[in-house]
Formats: sequence, structure tokens, C-alpha cells
Amino acid sequence: MKRFLPLFFLLLGLALIAKSLVPVRNSSDFDLVAFGRLPVVVNGRVKPLDTVARTSLVVLQSSQNVTAPDGTALTPNEWLLDVLFRSSRADAYQHFEINHPDLLAIFGLTPEAGRAKRRFSFRQLESKIDELQRQAKLAASVESAVRTPFQKAVVQLYANVGLYFRLKASLVSPDHKDFLAELMVFQNSVVAGVSAVRAKQAGQPHDEALAAQMMEAGGRFARMGELAYLLSVPPTDGEANTAGWKKVGDSLLETFQTGRVPPAVMVFAGLARMWTSGQAKEFNEVLRLYRAQLEKNFPTVLGKSDAEARFNAVQPFYTATLLYVLAFILAVISWLRWPAELGRAAFWLVGLAWLLATAGIFARMWLEGRPPVTNLYSSALFVGWIAVGFCLGLEYFYRNAIGSVAAGLVGFATLLVAHHLSLGGDTLEMMRAVLDSNFWLATHVVTVTAGYGATFLAGFLGLIYIVRGVFTKSLDPGTADALSRMIYGIVCFATLFSLVGTILGGIWADQSWGRFWGWDPKENGALMIVIWNALLLHARWGGLARQRGLAALAVFGNIITSWSWFGVNMLGVGLHSYGFMDAAFWWLLAFVTCQLVFIVVASLPLAKWRSFRSA
Amino acid sequence: MSALYRQLRDVFVSLKLTVVLLALSLILVFASTLAQVDLGIYAVQEEFYRSFVAIWRVGGLALPLPGGYLVGGLLLINLVAAHLHRLKLQWRKAGIQLTHSGLIVLLIGELLTGLWQEDFQMAINEGDSKNYSESFRLYELAVIDTTDPKFDDVVAIPDSHLARATVVQHPKLPFRVVTKTYFPNAALARRDASAPSPAAGAVPIATQGIGPNVAVTPLPLTYKMNENNVPAAVVELIGADGSLGTWLVSPDLGAPQTLTHAGRTWRIALRIARAYKPFSLQLLKVTHDIYVGTDLPKNFSSRIKLTTPDGRDDREVLIYMNNPLRYGGYTFYQYQMDSARGLTVLQVVRNPSWLLPYVACIMMAAGLLLQFGLSLLAFIAKRRVSPTT
Repeated sequence: MKRFLPLFFLLLGLALIAKSLVPVRNSSDFDLVAFGRLPVVVNGRVKPLDTVARTSLVVLQSSQNVTAPDGTALTPNEWLLDVLFRSSRADAYQHFEINHPDLLAIFGLTPEAGRAKRRFSFRQLESKIDELQRQAKLAASVESAVRTPFQKAVVQLYANVGLYFRLKASLVSPDHKDFLAELMVFQNSVVAGVSAVRAKQAGQPHDEALAAQMMEAGGRFARMGELAYLLSVPPTDGEANTAGWKKVGDSLLETFQTGRVPPAVMVFAGLARMWTSGQAKEFNEVLRLYRAQLEKNFPTVLGKSDAEARFNAVQPFYTATLLYVLAFILAVISWLRWPAELGRAAFWLVGLAWLLATAGIFARMWLEGRPPVTNLYSSALFVGWIAVGFCLGLEYFYRNAIGSVAAGLVGFATLLVAHHLSLGGDTLEMMRAVLDSNFWLATHVVTVTAGYGATFLAGFLGLIYIVRGVFTKSLDPGTADALSRMIYGIVCFATLFSLVGTILGGIWADQSWGRFWGWDPKENGALMIVIWNALLLHARWGGLARQRGLAALAVFGNIITSWSWFGVNMLGVGLHSYGFMDAAFWWLLAFVTCQLVFIVVASLPLAKWRSFRSA
Repeated sequence: MSALYRQLRDVFVSLKLTVVLLALSLILVFASTLAQVDLGIYAVQEEFYRSFVAIWRVGGLALPLPGGYLVGGLLLINLVAAHLHRLKLQWRKAGIQLTHSGLIVLLIGELLTGLWQEDFQMAINEGDSKNYSESFRLYELAVIDTTDPKFDDVVAIPDSHLARATVVQHPKLPFRVVTKTYFPNAALARRDASAPSPAAGAVPIATQGIGPNVAVTPLPLTYKMNENNVPAAVVELIGADGSLGTWLVSPDLGAPQTLTHAGRTWRIALRIARAYKPFSLQLLKVTHDIYVGTDLPKNFSSRIKLTTPDGRDDREVLIYMNNPLRYGGYTFYQYQMDSARGLTVLQVVRNPSWLLPYVACIMMAAGLLLQFGLSLLAFIAKRRVSPTT
């Protein structure tokens, strides 16, 4: 039976992937999927409303899961529809995360009043919004680096409430029950209304009521235009004009000149009415007609935003995380039982997870039109991808499950890091002018990040050497030798990538700023990885470090790499202010500490190592 | 061969020394990164890298560290000595040798850059044309003969001469320039003319030009990224018949001061040091693109007209992020911009050794690829033979 184990686990993995690929079905009569695919512009790029819903939820409450007060689970799109169109309900949704007790005290709330003891609704905050604003003003006067945790929490919550207000004002006027009816009246009276206002200004006879109505509408549209989060009205001259997307309020202001309310604005107002009154059939029909209209003018844009909505639903990196964990467990067990069968099963699962991550990275590259690494989030994906790629190579040659264990460990860890980085919002960001160079992103950034990945992998292999050697009897001379060779080989690659990547970075700096090297923190971080890897190689060549020393040195490489990757980014933030410690800083500190513990463990006399104790 | 020599040689060619030096350089780089938070990047470069001993201040402690020159120099000696000592021309060693030669090229390149690189900036308003760039940090005392309306005759004295109080006698000047006082950084303020003159021993006030109306307060030197040192000096001009008086000069005064002597008219000013170019750049248009609906910058670009007096070059060029103009041995980078005021600031760099890092990068990458590639191939071949070990 056990010879079918690899096949069984491979099929299990494939089933997991297949399940994630099944298109999401609508949970109600409303075509929520089609709604989620509608394109809008936020943060300078066209994205589907589905992405807006998910990233907004993550920003507000660090999770995409949200429930109504009655306990029913909402999909992100359902939640977004209520926020956009039916604030009477959305105001009661507990989606504002507040962790700081002093901040809760401002609102007179206790954790027990919140969902999961930390999420609160707008209703719960409403009465003290003015106080929040006052506190936010006080905190804003403090430089962001030296704010106290309380001030940081205030600024964050204030921004989140702002985001909520901006979403509410994005497609319809939030203070009107039936915006569609209002727009139809407006459409019929706008031409006469504009003349009335003109006549009034010229001091001629005019319809006073109509003029006042127009002025009031103008004021409201202007406020909507200022507030709105989404640029939702597509340009009239086709998809080439990405700068032509407008906010509903701004395009309504143009109505005073054109005399015609743009069709997209009418569509949103119509959707709002049908969503609030529960007319699913009409809702779906309006969506279908609007989409058919978009298909004509925006085929490429729609193709991309459809694909992105689909990508959001598939969540390939989530499935890959599960597969890495499973592979890790199988590979560890294979050291105790059925090495051949479980080892192969783990190897195949790692391969599957890696292919899935590859597909995910390629999908992101295609969506963004960029090389794989553009921000911290994508660097975490890529570090994991490159390290697991090396693991597959090692496992292919050695077949001792060490590669699979390392792959499971690094793959899982990097995707976990990526998940936490994704809580900052949309991970497909636009590149600032200085970084807007696909050539250098593809060469320097990719090589340097590959260097991080290889250095981490060497460190994790070092950990495996120490743990197996000290705590188990499984590190026989053959395995020890193989592990040591693996570490050495990976360090060679790490040296190559980090050295070439660092020099390419210098060349990029020379191309952009006229200096090759400036000793700035990020450059220094990269240089430290190069120096460390070089030190490791020379220590080995000089016979100063043998197997155990190499493993311990490689583990120290983890500390150096995590410093370069994240530590230097915190320099401006964490280190020169004593009151403030970012959560990420504690994680970094914890990681460094536990690596140091392993190095201390590694320096135990060999007689204390279970594997080397003469039994 | 004496025993001492052999001992020294063994130290200098040893890999142990390499590892120690690499570890020291690691600590140096780490310390300098942390020090930047307080000191700023410029002071850190001076204290940690352009020095033999660096002092790392952690809390109240002051730890001495070997500085960049010491560690770098010893590494270079170690590297060269080891290669000369163990020099063998073998394929097996070619990768390592190529890599280390690349490293030497890189270090030499950095050394030459430090010696040769000139860094200037050029601020141009839309429609204006400039044929000189200005230093980021250096100043000069310009004494300009404006008697002939057709041209100005400029004598520029670097501020380092003022700082050393050198007496300057230039063939074009009918007077000597003697520095009485020099402040590397000072603040100026209007001085109440009716107030009693400062006590003896205080800052000597100039007798000519605007000097008598200005109070000078010396300031400590600043190393911050966003602050500049603004010098001030009092200079005395001494002609054949004796002193013409003393003048206060500082870039903060704005307009140059005028004086007449021996029938000629001069303007005198302490200004940002200029470097004239045999061509001129006219700014046609600045563009600052942002991503729609955000204030995230997408691109900064300057459309420039490049002309030479001989008329050989007369063309339009576009300078934008990651796309500098290379012309006449200079490189012009998009540096800063104020699109509302139609102002662009280009960074102007002359670095004759700019190509060396590129060469070094290729050498080191090729060397490592060769070395590790050969090892990998050997490893795979070995695994093929005995896949069980």
C-alpha cells in the first residue's frame, strides 16, 4: 500500500488546487461576481471592485472576513455594495479594528463590545468622531517616527474612518435615499437650471427656487468629487486614455456644461436603488447592459480586471502555503519512517506548490506589466520562490528529504511574511518615478532578491544541521557531509547573486543619480550580505570553519539577511525613537534572538550532540 | 629569507587575515548604518570610510573601529599578496582569479571616483539658458571687472583660499585680496546703524559696501542632508597705494557689491562655485507626471535645447528619471524640479572613471560563474557515477 503514498498525496494536492480554481458561485440572486469585476481606478491603476472590496477590508480590519450584526457572513463584494449603496446597514457592520485600549476608552467602548473583541462599527464610533478628529490633529503634529503607539493608533483609525467616508461618497450621494430619482429630476431641469443661475448672476428675472436647487446640487456634487475614493466613470475616448477616469461627483459637475448626466453615473445610481430595494433581476440586467457597453470600448481593461478578480478568488499563495506545510510534515516524517515513499510524496508536493507559486507570480507580473519584484510584498514571494527552486534542485540530486524540509520551512515562512505585508493594502502598486525602470527592476532587484533567497536557504539548511545533530541521532556522517555540501553550494549561489545584484544596484544608482555607491542603509545591507557570504567561503577554504562552523555561520547569515531585508527599512522609524516599536520590529527581534539561540546551541561541545555522542 | 619576513608574509597571505578583515568590515558597515540615524550620511562617510580609525558611539560608549581606509587597504594588500604568493595559472583557479581581479578593479574605480569625480548642479528656469553649473558645497570669491560692457572679466578665488587666509595676488587684479576673517558657516542679520559698534575683539565689521550694516553670527558646521553651510568672510583689498577698505562677503547677501578703483569698475561677491561649460543648455519645458487620482510621481522630465557656440551641436534632448544626458564628458541627471515655477535642477557629474564598475561587475560575475559552474559540473558528474553517497 505504502508505495501509493506519493500518488495519493499528489492527487490530494491537485484536488486542493482544483478546488481553488472552481469559479465562485453567487451566494444570492444578485450577480455579485459580475459586480466585483467592474473596473474602477484607485491609486493610479485600473482594478476590479473585487480588489477594492478585499483591500479595503484588509486595511480596515486586517482580514477579508466580515459578518453582519446578525451573524451572517458577507462576501467582500456584498460588504462593498452595502458600504457604497446602503450605509444604513454598513454603519452597523463591525469592521473598524481597534486594538489600543486607550483608543477604545475615547469611545467609551470595551473589547467585549466588538466583534472578535477588536472590531467595531461606525455606529459605535459615531458619537465621538469629533474627539477622534481632535486627537488625530494632535497626533499629526508629531513626526510620524516618534509617535507613541496611541498616536499611531489614532492616526490609523482616523485614516480608516476617512476611507469609509470616501467609499460611501464614491458612487452615490450618501445623504440621499434614492439618488436615481434625484438624478432624473436633475437631468430634466439642468438646462433650465443653468440658465436660471446665469440670469440670477446677471441680475435678470429668474426662477429663484430652481437656481437655489442647482446651487445646492452643485455644492453637493463638488463635495462628492472631493471625497470620493473611486475614479469610477470611464473616459469617453476609449481605454488608451487612462488619465480620463473621473469621480462621479466631478463628472456630475460637468453636467452643468454638457446638460447630460453620464450613463455610468446613472448606472451606479440604478444599481444603488435595485440593491437597496432587493430587485435582483433588474440589478443583474443593468450590470449586463453596462458591461456590454464597456466591452465595446474597454476590451483590454476588462480582460485584465476580470483576470484580477479571478486571481483574487483563486488565492494561489494561500493554497501554496497549505501545500508547503503538508510537504514539510511529510518530509520530516520520512526521516523516521518510509523514507523513500514519504520523501517522494513531499518532493512532489513541494514541486506542486512551487509551480502554483510560479503561476501566481507570473499572473501578478502580467497584471502589473512589471518584473516579479516591485515592493516588499512581492520580494517576500520571490525570496520564497527562489529558495524553494534551489530546494527542488537539491532534493533532485540528494533524495534525502532535506531539500523538501527546507522548502516547506522557507516556503511557508516567506508566504507568511508576505501575508502580513499584504495587510498594508493593495499589493499591486504603481512605481514611483525613480523606480520606474523595468530594466533595472528586472536585473538589479531580481538578482539581489535572489541573493536574499539563497542566503536564507543556506541558513535554514544550517538550522536543519544543528537541530538534527544536537537533538536527534539521525545526523549520520553521510547526511552531515551531504548537508554541509548543500550549505556550501547554496552559499556559492548566494554569493554570486548578492554580489552581482549589489553591483548592479550601484550601476543603477550611477545611471539615475550620478553616484555608484553612497553608503546608504539599503546599499549597506546588501553589501553586508555579500561580505558575510564571502567570509563564509573564505572561512571554509581556509579550513577555519568545518561542517559545524559552516552551519552556524550560515545561520548567522539569516540574521544579516533579515536585517538587510527589513531592519534597515525600520532605521528611520524604530531606532531613534524610544517610545515606539513597530510590531514588525518585535518580530524581527524575535527572529534574530532565536537564530542566536541556535548558534549558541551549535557551539555546544560535540560530545553533547546526540548524533555525535559515542553511544 | 629571514624568519621575520616569512612570518609577516604568512600573515599577509593568510585566509585567516581575510576572514578577520571581512568580519571587521562587516562591523564597520553595520555601525556606519546605525550611525547615519544621528550623524547623517555625509558625516558618516567622512568618519567611517574616509578614515583609518572610526569612533562608533553607542549610547555613552565610544568604541574605536578600524576605519574604511585601514580595513580596505589591508584587504587589498591581503588580496594582492595572496594571489602573488599562490599564483598558478590553472583553469581551476581562473574563476577565482578573475573575480578577485574584478574586485581590485572595483576598488580602484571607487578610489579614482573619490579623487576625480566632480559633482555640480544646474538650476534652470523655463526659457532660460545656462552655460555653467554650480557646486553643491563649495564657494568662490568672484572679483569681476565689468568696465567693458561687452564682456565681464572674472577672477574666481576658491573659498579654501579664504579659509586658509592666503594672500591672493592675481595678474588681472590691481590689488591684493587679503582675508581678514572667515566663517565656514554664519548667519547674517541687518544691523542697526545707530547701535554702538561692537566691543573690541568682536567680529570686525567691514568698512565698505553693505558690510557696516550687517551683523554676522558664526554658526557650527552642519552635516545634515537638508542644510547647507553658508560661509561669510571679511576681505581687505590692498592696492599699490594702500588699503581700499574691507568688504563683508557672503552668498546670503544676494547682490554683488560694486567698487571702482584705478578707473575700472569691479563687482565682488562670495558665491557658489561655478564650473563653466563649452556649451549651453536652455530649458524648454519641465513635465511632472503623476498617476491619475493620486499624488504619486510617475515621471519628471526636462526638455532641453543643447547648443555649442560653434554651432556644431544644436538639438533638443529629453532628460528624465533613469535617463540622463551624457555629453562632453559630463552626465546630466534629473535631480529636482518645481514644475509650478517652471524650474528644473539637473545634477551634473564628471567622472572619468565611471566605466570601471561596469567592467568590474562583468569580471566578477563571469569569474564566479566560471568557478561555481565548474564545481557544479564536477559535482553533477560525480553524482552520476555514484548516486548513493
